Amino acid sequence: MNALSLWFSELKETFISCFITDDRWEWIAEGFINSVIITVFALLLGLVVGVVLAAIRSSYDKNEEALRIRGGIGYYVLKALNAIAKTYITVMRGVPVVVQLMIWYFVILVSSEDIPIAIVAFGLNSGAYVAEIFRGGIMSVDNGQFEAGRSLGFSYFQTMVNIVIPQTIKSTLPTLLNELIALFKETSIAGYVGILDLTKAGERIRGITFEAFMPLIAVAIVYLVTVVLLTKFVEIIERRLRRNER
Amino acid sequence: MSDNIIEVRGLKKHYLGGKVKALDGIDADIKKGEVVVIIGPSGSGKSTFLRSLNLLEMPTGGTINFNGVNITDKKVDINIHRQKMGMVFQHFNLFNNMNIIKNMTIAPTQLLKKSKEEANEKALSLLKRVGLEDRAEAYPSQLSGGQKQRVAIVRALCMEPEVMLFDEPTSALDPEMVGEVLDVMKDLARAGMTMVVVTHEMGFAREVGTRVIFMDGGKIIEENNPKDFFENPQNDRLKDFLSKVL
Ligand SMILES: Nc1ncnc2c1ncn2[C@@H]1O[C@H](COP(=O)(O)OP(=O)(O)OP(=O)(O)O)[C@@H](O)[C@H]1O
Ligand SMILES: [Mg+2]
Repeated sequence: MNALSLWFSELKETFISCFITDDRWEWIAEGFINSVIITVFALLLGLVVGVVLAAIRSSYDKNEEALRIRGGIGYYVLKALNAIAKTYITVMRGVPVVVQLMIWYFVILVSSEDIPIAIVAFGLNSGAYVAEIFRGGIMSVDNGQFEAGRSLGFSYFQTMVNIVIPQTIKSTLPTLLNELIALFKETSIAGYVGILDLTKAGERIRGITFEAFMPLIAVAIVYLVTVVLLTKFVEIIERRLRRNER
Repeated sequence: MSDNIIEVRGLKKHYLGGKVKALDGIDADIKKGEVVVIIGPSGSGKSTFLRSLNLLEMPTGGTINFNGVNITDKKVDINIHRQKMGMVFQHFNLFNNMNIIKNMTIAPTQLLKKSKEEANEKALSLLKRVGLEDRAEAYPSQLSGGQKQRVAIVRALCMEPEVMLFDEPTSALDPEMVGEVLDVMKDLARAGMTMVVVTHEMGFAREVGTRVIFMDGGKIIEENNPKDFFENPQNDRLKDFLSKVL
């Protein structure tokens, strides 16, 4: 046997022990599915949180002056909500997600299911970023659009829904999809609290087989392929949006 | 009730706790059918005054009565009253994401509950009046500045306002397009529309205005009929201003 075929058969053996024996590939598959589940539901939660936070922050930005001059309870309520939203965003963006995840797991929701905990942790964190994406989108629309809507008699809410928000989609949708991609990679720390995500699956195989190269490269490839596919998807969407541009 | 559509008393707009007095006690009456032209140096408070009339700018003091209703009262729903006060902006502010006909019909259909047919018919007849009936399906970005401003005027007219507010409607236009917009405004004045116009077009003030107001430092310094205003100015600041612009 020459060196090359020896190397080859060793490789094959490693491959078998890493993925075939005891159907270990199933861990990778399950881990991948868990990563996707966490990502998708966390983003959905993030969207809800983000919409609420962005609504508070933007209505404060646009109505603060008028409400302050008129006085009354509404001004103080909005001011308080805005302060809470700002603090929330600062905290969520200032503390590493892995620390947030561990706090949720070991401190707050001690006895709960692990995947829902990850969804909550990643979703609430992502909400802070999504909020800023939405707010940025709203701020990028010329205030004249808003004023024209108000001058015709539309309420603040009607103006936002009819006129301002439709004009933010072009700029926010690609950014949101990039947030999805970032989130997918970020979930790779879910293993810190014992969740079998894609990264953890590789780890588990490494722990059993004492092979590091093969499982970790496999995990890396799955991440990479997924991200590349998602990125292509974002590019297609972006091109579509640009084509509709007038 | 008097024949004043708008009655302004002691109107103030202070910024930075009173350090900046954009409006410093304005009293003014606007009668039905009047064309009031406001002139004055940059920063004198013309825009602030005009934009206070429909509360796009929230005054910090004084009152504005519109059709006998004190709209600066907190309890008043300003959105209802804004429907009756059309506004035309320096930068047109057509809704970028809607074609011309949609720009003109969205407010009447949603706020006045007009049927789509009725709103379309009205919009088309107004477009015809300003010579743009063939551009109904165009998007704002496909129009010239002069065309945009003509659309902006008729968009406001679709709400059948009782008064029209213009903030430097020709200042953002190329010189060759100023005339077409002024012509529309002249027609409107001749048709009996009550108008308040901030402009640097002295010709318009002289020819179409029923009254000219000179503002400086957040105050009304002088007001008169156009003839006496321009031929026999009293205040030194006005004399100085006219010597520069005429
Ligand atoms: N947010 C603000 N904070 C402080 N000062 C302000 C603010 N907005 C406006 N001002 C001041 O109010 C004054 C009046 O401004 P306004 O825009 O009404 O003037 P104008 O007569 O319309 O001028 P122009 O001919 O340049 O349009 C200006 O001195 C301006 O600097
Ligand atoms: Mg101005």
